[in-house]
Amino acid sequence: MIAIIDYKAGNLTSVARAVSHLGHEVQVTDDPELIRAADRVIFPGVGAAGQAMADMQRLGLDQVLKEAFAAGKPILGICLGTQIIFTASQENNNTKCLGILPGTVKRFPEPLFDGEARLKIPHMGWNRVNFVGSHPVFAGLNGEHEFYFVHSYYPEVSETAREIIAGTTNYGITFTSAVARDNLVAVQFHPEKSGAAGLIILENFCNWRPSC
Amino acid sequence: MLSKRIIPCLDVREGKTTKGIKFENNIEIGDPVEMAKFYYEQGADELVFYDITASSDKRDIMIDVVRRTAENIFIPFSVGGGIRTVDDMRAVLLAGAEKVSVNSAAVKNKQIIAEGANAFGSQCIVLGMDVKKVSVSTAIPSGYEIVINGGRKYMGIDALAWALEGERLGAGEICLNSIDADGTKEGYEMELTPMISKAVKIPVIASGGAGTPEHIREVLAEGYADAALIASMTHFGTYTVKGIKEYIHDHAIKTRMLW
Repeated sequence: MIAIIDYKAGNLTSVARAVSHLGHEVQVTDDPELIRAADRVIFPGVGAAGQAMADMQRLGLDQVLKEAFAAGKPILGICLGTQIIFTASQENNNTKCLGILPGTVKRFPEPLFDGEARLKIPHMGWNRVNFVGSHPVFAGLNGEHEFYFVHSYYPEVSETAREIIAGTTNYGITFTSAVARDNLVAVQFHPEKSGAAGLIILENFCNWRPSC
Repeated sequence: MLSKRIIPCLDVREGKTTKGIKFENNIEIGDPVEMAKFYYEQGADELVFYDITASSDKRDIMIDVVRRTAENIFIPFSVGGGIRTVDDMRAVLLAGAEKVSVNSAAVKNKQIIAEGANAFGSQCIVLGMDVKKVSVSTAIPSGYEIVINGGRKYMGIDALAWALEGERLGAGEICLNSIDADGTKEGYEMELTPMISKAVKIPVIASGGAGTPEHIREVLAEGYADAALIASMTHFGTYTVKGIKEYIHDHAIKTRMLW
């Protein structure tokens, strides 16, 4: 069973629909026991970092997720879930986050330009990911595929941990859009809303056996 | 860089897709879930459902359409039409829509934009604007006025001021519909669209008037639109989403192609 962590941050049904469309058993839950019993964990989320961290702590899910990471269980972070896996976020006056990965979540600088054109924030729509290395969760994808993004903040990986960067995206600046360390993979975009390319990632994740 | 989006719009009445000219003489053209699947497979970047069901006691039909669509397509889609409260928004979002759009309800009670943004995040809230060209006046300095009821009722609100107000209140996107251009197939409103799109920082979807792929290229390039809404030009098979994308791709517009 794949547990989708429900910490009340946005609509999680679309992730569950996409995963069950692929034929996998899935449960949207905030029950620590169910999450501990799951074979894999998806950690999604839409909203703001401050509220998300407060809800994670209130529900005791911050510890559950850290335990799952330490236990070697495959974890997929999506969007806000990815952001709060890092050390801290600039959002809501420097929110202290889970600290599973080293780095800080920053707001896109404004104004942001592409040549003459002023870029809009949030970064909303379809963009490419330049995958770094050959992670099994991103197998079958290349730099031509596009993914659906909606965000105003992005993770900046610490200088000392740049080997965890698994993909980058260009939007006025080049930012990290995918990271991977051991049994954890996390993306800034929404694979559940990214058409066939996104479903490839979800399917790869559901079959992934981290070798650590 | 970000791709420009092509967004088919399905007008739905009591669970069936329709398309009329200038909001009148709607004719039935198909099952919205089947059409959504068709557009998804063709490479549409997003979809818009606009519920034009007149009576509110039949709104559950639309929720069912949203739920069945969400089980079958894995791209974002928004639902508009008849959304007046945060509870209305919650119902369509829980049924599987990515975004909700508010139009006349926001004109009558602008706080609905802020309430929706606070409850679900700005990225969920699309401000739909129906706009008509009028003469420039002190009340309407941009020469474009907000209208409701399919263009029959003028609201005395300047379109440019309303776009900025909607952004301030927390709208994450604007769907800008020209009532003058809607259904004409003569091209998007090329004065209104760049004026609004350059003034706001949030994305603008141009709507109304698409007749050819060149119209789409024009509004995405010279019109500064972030996305183009289409309806009749693909609903009746005159063009395909794939064909439109190939055309604009060949004319230097960045668009998502299905490789």
